[in-house]
Parts: sequence; C-alpha cells; structure tokens
Amino acid sequence: MAYDKFKILKSTAVPLPIENIDTDQIIPARFLKATERRGFGDNLFRDWRYYSNNKPKDDFVLNNNKYCGKILVGGKNFGSGSSREHAAWAIYDYGFRCVISSFFADIFKNNCLNIGVLPVQISSDFLEIIFEKIYKDPSTLVTVDLTEQSVKISGSEHYENFQINDYKKNNMLNGYDDIDFLLNLKESIKSFSKKTPL
Amino acid sequence: MSKTLFDKVWDSHVIKKINNGPDVLFIDRHMVHEVTSPVAFLGLKKRNIKVLFPEKTFATADHNTPTRNQHLPVKDYLSSKQLEALEKNAQYHGISYWGLGHEKNGIVHVIGPEHGITLPGATIVCGDSHTSTHGAFGAIAFGIGTSEVEMVLSTQCIMQPKPKKMRININGKLNDSVTPKDVALFIISKLSTSGATGYFVEYSGKVFSEMSMEGRMTVCNLSIEMGARGGMIAPDNKTFDYIKGREFAPQNGEWDEVMKYWKTLKSDDDADFDKEYDFDGTKIEPMITYGTNPGMGIAINSGIPYSNQHGGNIETFQKSLDYMNYSQGDKILGKKIDFVFLGSCTNGRIEDFRAFTNIVKGRKKSPNVTAWLVPGSHRVEKAIKEEGLLNILNQSGFELREPGCSACLAMNDDKIPTGKYAVSTSNRNFEGRQGPGSRTLLASPIVAAAAAITGKVTDPRDL
Ligand code: SF4
Repeated sequence: MAYDKFKILKSTAVPLPIENIDTDQIIPARFLKATERRGFGDNLFRDWRYYSNNKPKDDFVLNNNKYCGKILVGGKNFGSGSSREHAAWAIYDYGFRCVISSFFADIFKNNCLNIGVLPVQISSDFLEIIFEKIYKDPSTLVTVDLTEQSVKISGSEHYENFQINDYKKNNMLNGYDDIDFLLNLKESIKSFSKKTPL
Repeated sequence: MSKTLFDKVWDSHVIKKINNGPDVLFIDRHMVHEVTSPVAFLGLKKRNIKVLFPEKTFATADHNTPTRNQHLPVKDYLSSKQLEALEKNAQYHGISYWGLGHEKNGIVHVIGPEHGITLPGATIVCGDSHTSTHGAFGAIAFGIGTSEVEMVLSTQCIMQPKPKKMRININGKLNDSVTPKDVALFIISKLSTSGATGYFVEYSGKVFSEMSMEGRMTVCNLSIEMGARGGMIAPDNKTFDYIKGREFAPQNGEWDEVMKYWKTLKSDDDADFDKEYDFDGTKIEPMITYGTNPGMGIAINSGIPYSNQHGGNIETFQKSLDYMNYSQGDKILGKKIDFVFLGSCTNGRIEDFRAFTNIVKGRKKSPNVTAWLVPGSHRVEKAIKEEGLLNILNQSGFELREPGCSACLAMNDDKIPTGKYAVSTSNRNFEGRQGPGSRTLLASPIVAAAAAITGKVTDPRDL
C-alpha cells in the first residue's frame, strides 16, 4: 500500500544523543497489544517521557517545548533490539518523517523504509556537529534531500551525503511499497516454489 | 567459485536480483504469532488477497499469553483480542494455528525445531528478531517487521540486500560450568551490540560442533544481540538425528533425497568471509551482564568495568549503571537479587531445565527470591514432568508455570517490579524490558539456579 512520498524535508530537529537506543525504549512491549496501526505516537519513548503516574518527565527532550520538528536525531546504533515495527510506527505517528544517526540497527532501518520514514546514516563527526548546532540554537533548520542524498544545516557550511540503494530511494520518492512490486512477480514465485526442495 | 554455507542457502533462494537494490528471496517457512501479525493480515484484507502458501505458514500464540490458568479465558481484554484475531485470521487463510492449550503450543522458536518445521538449507522468517534461533540447523533465519510479514503472507518472498558474511571460530574445550549461553554472552561482550550489524554470522570450530542442538539454538538465538541479521551453524549428524522422524520433516524416500542436499551445506574450504574472528574457548568463564544492553557482560568472577575501560560513550555507560544502581569497579558476585526467570526462546528448552534442576537438587530456594520457571513449550513441559525434574524442583521450593514468552518481554502479567533485580536466562536486559523499572542480569540457567538458591549473584562453581 502506498505511503507518503519523500523528496525534501526541511525542519527543526529533536536531539537525543544517547547510544544504543533500543526498540523497547522507543515503544515498550506493553503497548504492543493493538490489532490496528493507530495511536502509537502517544507511547513513543513512554518510560523516558512519563513517570509511572503518567506525569511528564520535564527533563526529557520530547517534553521540552524548545525542541520540535519532523526530524529525530539519535545517538549511534539507533533502533537495536526487537523487530517490532511498532517502533517505526510510533516514530511516524508522533510526527517524525526522518531519523538521523551515525549507525542504525538493520531491522529497524528496514522497518522505517517500509513505512516511509527515512533513516539517514551520517558520520559520527557530522552527527556531533548537528547536536551542537541544535543545542546552541533549537530553531536550526536541517534539510534532508533524498533526491541528491544530502543533509544540510541551514546557515552553515556543513553538509554530508548519505547512502541509500536506488530501489529503496525510488520507492521513497514515489511512495511505492515492496508488496506492489512482488505481487507483479507472482507467476515466477509460483513456478520457483515448485523447484525448491523443502 | 567457492561459497560459504550462507551463500549456498541464500543464492539458491533468490528469485530475482535488482540492480543496486535488494534480492527477492523466496521463503520456505513463515512462523506467525499474535503480536506482530494482526496489522499484516489487515493489509491483506485491504488488498483483498489471500495468503499465497498457507501450508508454508505456521501460527502460534506465545508473546502475550498468561503463564497460569491457560484453560480459563484470557483476562486481559487487549490480549484476548489479539489472540482472537490470530485465530480468525489463521482459520480464514487456512493456516495451522496452535493456540493456547494446544499440545503443540509454545514459543515460536522452540516449537519450530520441535516439530521438524525448521530444516537445514531452508529460509525461515518470523516477526520476531530471535528467529535467528533456527540457524542452529543450517537454515537462514531472521526476524522481520510487520510490513515484511505482510509481504511474506501475500507473496512468500522478502526483499533484502544480501548481508555481508562473518565467521566466528571458537576452539578449545569449554571450562566447567560454561554453557552455550556463556559462549554467546562472551562473543557479544567482545563484539558489542552493533559489532555484527550488516552481517550474517557462521559459527564454526570445535566448541560448536561439540555443542548439543539445544546449545546451538541458544547461540544462534543471541546472534541478533550483536546486531547480526542472523547466525548459522553447518548441519552435521547431530542435526540430522535431531530432525529425523519429526512430524513436518521429510519422511521415508524424501529423506534420502534431501540428505544428499543437506550434506553439501557447509562452507567450502577456501570460501571468503568479509570478517572473521577467532576466540579461545578455554578462556571463557561463566558470564553475567551488569548493564542495560547484552554487550555489557563480564565473567562472573570479575568486576564492573570503569568507564574509561569501556569502549563506548561515557554518558550512555553512566546512564546504564545509574539505572542498575551499580558503580564502576563493583564486584558483581554477592549482589543481591530478587527474581529469577528461567525460560524464553534463549533458554527455555529441556536441556536448560535439566541444567537448572541439577544445581538446585538437594538445595532450597532462597526465601527472598521469587522464581518464575516457564517452559518454552508444552513439549518441554511434558518432558520436565516425565523426566522427574518437576518433583526435584518442587522439593527445592520451585513451581512450574505454563509455556510462553512470559517475563522475556513482560507483555503479560509476568512483570518484574520497579527497582527489583532479576537474574534472567532470556536475551535482553534493556531498561524496562522485563517490566517498567525492572533491572535485568542476563545469565545461563546454571548461574540463575545458583542465584535462586543464595539470593545473590553466585558463581555456580562455589556452591
Ligand atoms: S521468548 Fe522473548 S525473544 Fe523469544 S520469541 Fe518470545 S519475546 Fe521473542
């Protein structure tokens, strides 16, 4: 099923400079009980964001009005752990369309690409610069351009290119999904299945 | 051209290669559970299509199920809705469904091998990252997200770029009280939780060839904790003996045919790996974790590292110790614990219960410890009873619960309370993984048993 197209995103960004942010932090398991994909944003980073009595934790970045935007900037090895796509859904549902980090866990990255959230991997030096700039001025705009595969910081010389394979890039630019592609291969899949030994 | 085990299995399943894009990979076996499948089935409904190969799809209920009174209706409303949804979906699409109470029910990665669904040379996926478990049989097995579950249900294929190849060789004889879990925690502590991201791992060497199938499953299960897509071990006679005669395994004439193929499933002598590690098995000690990711493991008789010895970011390291309420340099032995969890797809098989029972036999559970012993499946539960382990456990003050994922992810009522410490045989010690505010120390069934007896972190060799 098609999702939002992604070409250029220019937005302020939310900094979360913690390493190894795992999917249990992004969305704890007790919120995975839904049978529909709806409402996960409310529980994004639930236990970092709220006390057990549901009072917001003031020192957590999502509760700080200074920082907002459609880009989440996370520390190295973002999205490790569980394969739950709910983590990517929560990020999307909260309003983020792009996550920037210096390293992503594999399954999380795939999940993002499959639902139209762009994972952007940059060097750790550039990541440091982005954090620095946002902390200095939370209204700093970050531009992620998928067509030219670049990340820029407004009002600064700094920019970097990122990698994405042509197939996925094309999907993101046009909002295509893999299933549409695969359904067109159905006949070859069926004949292939007859040849497999298992 | 010479090939690795991984190449052989992967390449033989590629239907189509996309230039500068992923491979279209055919999937032989798809395991489905109640938590990551409902939205995928909804997707099929929206597209108005049915499951392409229901006979290659197997469904069970495990993540969200109670471990007590499974014969009664499930109390939690949302959980019962998920179970209902899976049952209906399975029925509608003609998929075998082993729901609560079914004699084949259990944790998805425990029942696959038990029933001969897991086979050498197969591609196996499931919406759970520990699908890597099945690699113990020489299968390519990995976890997928819900969009991909929908992909496999509707087309039996997945689109993935081929991962790079890593081999981890461990030779030498393992020391007393060192189990497959310790081997895995040792490797992760060396490579870190992202050290194998982008790779598919093959484990090789004497340590693995001498390991039981259960042990190999434990090791492959934990591959994901170092970021790997999956891990695998070349099948050998142990593998074939394990599979033979199981319900879904090839039978009679088919068996001889498939054996010819299975015997070719090993890396060629001169095959190339993108990365290779060698470790000395004799250097591995019983392990335990002290922090909030599985890479934060140490030999049980050593101390928590100082921040400057630890490779990563200092603030993240400190945040982790604060969460655990531990300090740098602390000895881990003697730390007080409150809970013990024996179970999960990592260590919930019969061999794990044997090892645990062997330690607690003739001893009494510490009155300060709450112990949850949760078999990985009904088959395991049955074996525990038939082998007389249950009696011994009862005499030592332990009870057995009913099968399921339980406190591994604490979606059901089995939650470790805030601030409490659990020695757990599961696979993740993330903040709040076993319940909001819970503190997890990952270890082997033997180390868990020793802790259950003394109420503190204890070297099983000192008992
Ligand atoms: S026991 Fe834990 S890791 Fe294994 S399948 Fe269940 S939730 Fe996943």
